[in-house]
Amino acid sequence: MSKILIVAEHAEGKLNGGVAKTVAAAKGVGGEIHVAVFAADAAAVAEQAAKLDGVTKVLAVNNAANANPVAAVLAPQIVEVASGGYTHVFVPGTTFGKDLAPRIAAKLDVQQVSDVMAVHGPNSFDRPIYAGNAITTVETPAGTVVATVRLASFQAVGAGGSASVETVSVGAAVPTHTRYVKLEAQKSERPDLQSAARVVSGGRALGSSENFKVIFDFADKIGAGVGASRAAVDSGYVPNDMQVGQTGKIIAPELYFAVGISGAIQHLAGIKDARTIVAINKDPEAPIFEVADIGLVGDLFQVVPELTGKV
Amino acid sequence: MKALVSVKRVVDYNVRIQVKSDGSGVVTDGVKHSMNPFDEIAMEEAVRLKEKGKVTEIVAVTIGGAKNEETLRTALAFGADRAIHVKEEGEVQPLTAAKAFAAVLKKEEAKLFLAGKQAIDDDANQTGQMVAALLDIAQATFASKVEIDGDKATVTREIDAGLETLEVDLPAVITTDLRLNEPRYLKLPDIMKAKKKPIEAVSFADLGVTPAAGLKTTKTVPPPARSKGIMVKTTDELVEALKSKGLL
Ligand SMILES: Cc1cc2nc3c(=O)[nH]c(=O)nc-3n(C[C@H](O)[C@H](O)[C@H](O)COP(=O)(O)OP(=O)(O)OC[C@H]3O[C@@H](n4cnc5c(N)ncnc54)[C@H](O)[C@@H]3O)c2cc1C
Ligand SMILES: Nc1ncnc2c1ncn2[C@@H]1O[C@H](COP(=O)(O)O)[C@@H](O)[C@H]1O
Repeated sequence: MSKILIVAEHAEGKLNGGVAKTVAAAKGVGGEIHVAVFAADAAAVAEQAAKLDGVTKVLAVNNAANANPVAAVLAPQIVEVASGGYTHVFVPGTTFGKDLAPRIAAKLDVQQVSDVMAVHGPNSFDRPIYAGNAITTVETPAGTVVATVRLASFQAVGAGGSASVETVSVGAAVPTHTRYVKLEAQKSERPDLQSAARVVSGGRALGSSENFKVIFDFADKIGAGVGASRAAVDSGYVPNDMQVGQTGKIIAPELYFAVGISGAIQHLAGIKDARTIVAINKDPEAPIFEVADIGLVGDLFQVVPELTGKV
Repeated sequence: MKALVSVKRVVDYNVRIQVKSDGSGVVTDGVKHSMNPFDEIAMEEAVRLKEKGKVTEIVAVTIGGAKNEETLRTALAFGADRAIHVKEEGEVQPLTAAKAFAAVLKKEEAKLFLAGKQAIDDDANQTGQMVAALLDIAQATFASKVEIDGDKATVTREIDAGLETLEVDLPAVITTDLRLNEPRYLKLPDIMKAKKKPIEAVSFADLGVTPAAGLKTTKTVPPPARSKGIMVKTTDELVEALKSKGLL
C-alpha cells in the first residue's frame, strides 16, 4: 500500500492553500497520507494540516534552522523522514515546491514528476509539457515517487479531518552554505491570485504602472485578484509575483479577464483551467480571442472604466 | 573564478507545437530549434559577471546529439571561452543531465553553475536543483539579481510571495528567471569568432555517469480544446453575457 508524505508549505504560521490541493492529488494515489511540517515551531501549522480531509497523520519537525524555508536546509530532513517507508513524496507546485522537490529527488536518486495534473494510480500521472500544449502520461520507475502537484488541476480537500499530530526529531545535519536574508513581500488586500475565483489581468497595453489603476479599480469592484502578462511585469508596471503563465503562476479562476493581452502561448499556459475567459483587446485579430469565451474588441481605457461603472 | 553554463537545444518558443496523431509525442523534426530562452539569460549573466571581473572563464555545456553544436556556437558567440559537448543522442531526463553536469562541474572545479530555471520543452524545472543536491552545494533558483562578492553570492529570487534574498557560499548553482537580464543581440563578428573557439566532446562514460532510470512516457495528447466563444459589441452586452452565465 502507498504511504505518501506531503511537505507542508507555510508562512507566518499559516498553512499554504496549496497543501489542501496536494492532499487531493495524493488521495488519487490512495493509501496513507501524512503531512510533514518543518518549522521553528510547527505546532500551529500542524494543527491546521491535521484538519485536512484524508490526512491520517501530521509530523511536526521543530528546528530553529527551519525558521525560513530554505530548500538546501529542508531537503536532508525530508529525505530522512521519507526513508521511513514512504512510497511517495508530494510537494505543492509553487515556487517553494519547485525549488525543493528536485533536491529531494536527486538525494533519493529518482527522477521527479513535475506538475502532476492527473493521477491514474501510484505510478502513473499526467503532466504538461511545452507550455501545456501537450499532455503526457508518464510511468515512474522503481523507487520513491517524488512529484510536484499542479495546483490548478485539483480542488482543495475540506477541513473536517482530525489527524493525529506527532512531534518527530530529525537527526540529519543541515548545511549552512545557504542563508536566508529577507523577503520583500507584496502586501495586498486583494484576493490571492492562485485561489481567487475571479482574476483580472493587464498586459503591455496598460503602458505604465499609473494606468494599471483601471485594472485595480475594476478588480476591486468585482472582488477579483489581479494578474499580469510577462510584458507588463518586465516593463515594471507591476511586481513579478503577478505574472501569469508558463513561467509565472498557473491559475484556475471561475472568471478571467485578459485586458490588453495578446494571448501568447506562454500566457495561455497559465489560464487554460480558467472556467470562463473574457478578452478585451483593440485588435480583432489578437490570438487571445481564439481561446476567449467572451470577446470584446475595444480600447481598454474606455471599456474597462465603463465596465467598472456597470457591474 | 570559472563559471559553467548549461545550454539546452529546444524547439523555439515561437513554434506552435503539434502533437503526433498516434500519441507518440510532439513533432520536432523540421521544426525551428534554438537555445532555451532561460539559458540565454544564464549566458548573458555569465558574460556580464566576466565583464565586471567576477568571472574569469566561461565554459558552456550541452548534452545532446550532433545538432547541439549549434547551441554551443551560440553560447560561444555570447562570450563563452570554450564549450563541452556531452554527446548523447536521444532523450536525457533531468536527473541524468544533472549527474553529467555535476561531473563536469567537479572536473572543471568551477565555482558557479548557471542554468535556466526550466527548459521550455519538458518544463521540468529540476536540473539545477539536482546538480546542487548531488554535490551538496548551495542553490539559488529563479534569480532576478545576482551579486558576487568574493566567495559568496547574494541572490534575489522571484518567488510566489515576492522577492526573496539568499546569501550563498560558492560553489553554488544559480538558476535564472526572466527578469535577471535581457540577453544581448549577437553581432556578426562575435558569431564569426565563435567558430574558432574550441569544443570538447565527451560521453557519459567519459564522465563516469550511468543514466538514471527514466520516466516512461506512455501517451502524449493535445490539451482539451476550449469550446468556441462569442463576441460582444458593447460593455452592456458583456455584462449581460456574464449575468446569463451566472458569473456576475
Ligand atoms: C521563455 C519565455 C517565457 C515566457 N513566460 C511568460 C509567462 O509566464 N507569462 C506571460 O504572460 N508571458 C510569457 N512570455 C512572454 C510572451 O511570449 C509574450 O511576449 C507576452 O505574454 C506578451 O505580453 P502582452 O500580451 O501583455 O503584450 P503584447 O503581446 O505586446 O500584447 C499587447 C496587446 O494589447 C493590445 N492593446 C494595445 N493597446 C490596447 C488598448 N488601448 N486597448 C485594448 N487592447 C490594446 C494589443 O492589440 C496587443 O494584443 C514568455 C516568453 C518566453 C520567451
Ligand atoms: N540536455 C541538456 N543540455 C543542456 N542543458 C540542459 C539539458 N537539460 C537540462 N539542462 C539545463 O537545465 C535547465 C533546466 O532544465 P529542466 O530541469 O529540464 O527544466 C535548462 O535551462 C538547462 O540550462
